[in-house]
Formats: sequence, structure tokens, C-alpha cells
Amino acid sequence: MLIDVHAHFLHDRTPRADWQARNASRLRAGERVGITIHVASILGSWGLTSPTYFPSPSDLRYANDRLLGLQREHPTRIRGYVAVNPNYTDEALAEISRCLDAGMIGVKLAASRRADDPLLDPICGLATERGVPILHHIWQHRRREYAGQEASDARELGRLAARHPRARFLLAHIGGGGDWLHSLHDLRGLPNVWVDLSGSGVDGGMLEACLEAVGVERLLWGCDLTIETGWAKLRYLEHLLAPAELERVRWRNAAGVFPPGAFPTD
Amino acid sequence: MRIDVNAFVGAYPYRRVPGTSPEALLAAMDRTGIDQAWVTHLPGVFWRDPTEGNAWLLELGARLPRLCPVPAIHPGLADWQATLRQAVDARVPAVRADPTWYGIDPAGAAMRALAGACGEAGMPLSLAVRFEDGRQRHPNDLAAELPAAAVRTLVRSDPRVRLLITHADRPFVEEVHFGSTPAEAARLWWDICWIWGPPEDHLQALLGTVGAARFVLGTGQPLRIPENAGAKLDLLECSAADRAAIEGGNADTLRAR
Repeated sequence: MLIDVHAHFLHDRTPRADWQARNASRLRAGERVGITIHVASILGSWGLTSPTYFPSPSDLRYANDRLLGLQREHPTRIRGYVAVNPNYTDEALAEISRCLDAGMIGVKLAASRRADDPLLDPICGLATERGVPILHHIWQHRRREYAGQEASDARELGRLAARHPRARFLLAHIGGGGDWLHSLHDLRGLPNVWVDLSGSGVDGGMLEACLEAVGVERLLWGCDLTIETGWAKLRYLEHLLAPAELERVRWRNAAGVFPPGAFPTD
Repeated sequence: MRIDVNAFVGAYPYRRVPGTSPEALLAAMDRTGIDQAWVTHLPGVFWRDPTEGNAWLLELGARLPRLCPVPAIHPGLADWQATLRQAVDARVPAVRADPTWYGIDPAGAAMRALAGACGEAGMPLSLAVRFEDGRQRHPNDLAAELPAAAVRTLVRSDPRVRLLITHADRPFVEEVHFGSTPAEAARLWWDICWIWGPPEDHLQALLGTVGAARFVLGTGQPLRIPENAGAKLDLLECSAADRAAIEGGNADTLRAR
């Protein structure tokens, strides 16, 4: 059993003419690696009709519908995060309810609003009430503003997590760019934040630092945009961890974070 | 034979990296099925005279034949031609220069002179685009990444120069490859360590457009975990011959005098 907690798919209303090939490539590579379930999100139109990190409610509805379609098409392989933009509170709450009712298993927040902003509170409240985790896009140690996104870092996510101690948060792609060591310092005292190991970064020492900071209990395996880096981390962890610990990272921790029944083993 | 053309020994100044000793590098090579590694003395990249690490590196290669030294040459230092002659005499697979870390123009007269001398000597010249993701570098690690324009300039500077470019991503490879004549592009080799696999399939696409003959296995270890290069190859759809070329045959071609 292997659960990728950070996957993405594309659809027909994005800038990518090759969207079907990319979706197929993810599933094909997943088979090769042995990924049982891809837990995925789609960030609106990926920039075609609204910005990737500031998606409009209508783009999000369309994208979430496409993801629900993929989940129906591949019921044994794909699960969904409902992606929302917290700047549209009413629409976001309605979309979360709609998509969770339809079978999604988590909420995806990208970079439309800073993680510690009060606008995220009602979303966290609803996720807690529904028993689903929130995967939050993170720039590891944000030193400035970056164009195209209102990125958050671990410290900002930590403030949100402290305000919602019953909610479960996934700090996205520790290897996805920025100073991961800075993030790990912030996570030590936050028991309701798990570390998603995805991202293109495969730095020597990063996995050891993750283990040291949060322990094997709070590590979740994932790929994001590069499946080979996910597989490489898994191969490296095979020599770093005992088999039972590796099982936790591969899927057992995820099974505890997502709602009961989310995966076939539950 | 599996050859890693992009490996390091020695400490990195900007963060703690495990496994930087020669023995640890050999253990990682055993773990990942790598027979031979072309190694750089990592601390030297950041020294005012980067060639001061060369003697140790050459001794290491003599003691541990699986580790092939890639000595550094700083073309801004007066005696750099002697350093190149020593490298030729030592029959190393390549020499390297890191001009932006040395604080010199990567396409300036000194680098063009070095490229020309390497071409004349039949010695491949290795250049790294980067060592770490720019988004995570230490606040005081301010050297610029190697520009693609510099690679185009250097490959045009002498018809004999052969360049090994490490840590380049797909846009960089494409910009230089298609910004060069076919004859120039045939003197460029690219390591695969920074090129994405599926689902974006950048390496797969490059094999179709640039050709498998231009790519070599490189890991960037221990700054990067070496498992990544192997995982990337295992996800690639290519012939056994192309895979063997990337894993070692192309590196053999590159270093052939």
C-alpha cells in the first residue's frame, strides 16, 4: 500500500494542450512505482481564466467537478481534495460541503490568502466538523512576497494550526522550494501538522532532518509534480527506516489523517 | 558500467550534509549500483584558490580508483595552464570551473581561454549551473547561477572544446542545444540530475528532441540523494541501448581523448 498525499491532475480548460498525456503519465508512473491511491487536487484553470493561486469560484467548481469525474473514473486509484479560495467565504464553504458530500476526502488551500488570516478560520472549522485534513501549499521560509501567489510559510501555518488544535494540517511539499530546515524548526511543537515529503527537492540530509524534527509519525509520502523524486525518497527511506516505520510513511500515517473509509485498507 | 559524472566529496559550507566523506560516497554508490563516480572537491569550489583541493583529490583517486578526480581550474589565477597540464598528466576524466563562484565572468576572456586550452588538450570541461535550488540557498550564498548564454559562448569559443554541463533543467538544455549548431551541440553533454521525470516527462521529451547521446548519469550526491537519478531512469521509456549509453557509454565517449 502506498498513498501519494500530494498529486495533481489537469483538465480540458487549462493552458496545457497535453493535459491528457500528463494525466496518463501520472497514472502510468504511479503503477510503476506502486502508488495505490493518488490524493489529488486541481487548482482551478491552472491560469487559463484565473490565476493558479488566485482561482475564481467558477474555475474551482469546474476543476473540482473534473476531479470528481476522475475519482469516479478511477475509483480504486484517485481521491480528491476540494480546492477553494478563502477570499470567497460563502462559495468556499458551499464548495467544501458539496465536494465532501460527493466523496472527496480533504481540503486544499493554495496561496490565495495568508495561512494565518482570519478568513481561513471558517474553512478550518468546517474541515474539523467534517473530519477531513487540510493540505496547505507552503513556501518553505518565505522571505518576501512572490509574484503570482500570496504564499505562506510554516510559521504562518503554525499560527492557524494553533488556533484550530482539532484540525489536521498537511504542510505541503517540504521539498517543494525554500528553506525546509527553517520550516522544520517551526513544526516541532505543532502536533496537528504533518509533513508532506513531496516536491522536486531531493536534498541530502532533508529526510534525516524531517525525522529528527517531527518523527516518523508525522511524515506523509507524496510526489507533487515529480514522481521520480517521490520514488527516490522512498528508496532512500528504505535504508533509513525499519520496515514498520516505512509502512507508516508509505500509508499508515495517511490512513490516520484522512477520514475513516477514505482508503481501501480502512 | 554505471558512471556518476556529478559527485562531490567534502563539506558544503551552507548547510549540514550527511555522507560527504569518500567512504560514505562509496557506500552510497554501492547502495545505488554506481560503479564509478567523477568527484569534485566540494569545499574548494568556495575557496579563493579552488585548486588547493586538487592534490587531495588526486591522492584520493589513486587510493580509491572508483572515485575519479575532477580537478578545479581557476583561469583567473596566473598558473592555471600548469594546473591543466597536471590534470592531463593525471589522466582525469574532466576538469571543472565554477566561474560565478570564483567571481569571474562566466563567458569572459579567462573562461574562453580555459575552454580553448581544454579543447586543445582534449580535456572535457565541466560546469555546474547550480548546486542548490535557488529558493533555498543561504542568504549569503549569492553567486549567480551559470547562464545559458555563457555555455553557448564557451562551446563556440573553440571547435575542439567539449563541455559537461551539470544541474541544468529542461529549458536550459533546450536553450543551449537549439541555440547551437549541430556541430556545437555534439560537443555538449548534459547530466540528468536536475531534469524532471513524469508526469511532466522532461527527460523523456529531451531524449526525443535532443537525443540520448547527449545525456549522462549524474546525481549531484551527496548534496542530492543519488536514488533520484536511478528512479528517473527506471521511469524512462527508452531502449536498453539508450539506457546503457546514459548510464555509462556516453561518459566513456566524453572522456575519450
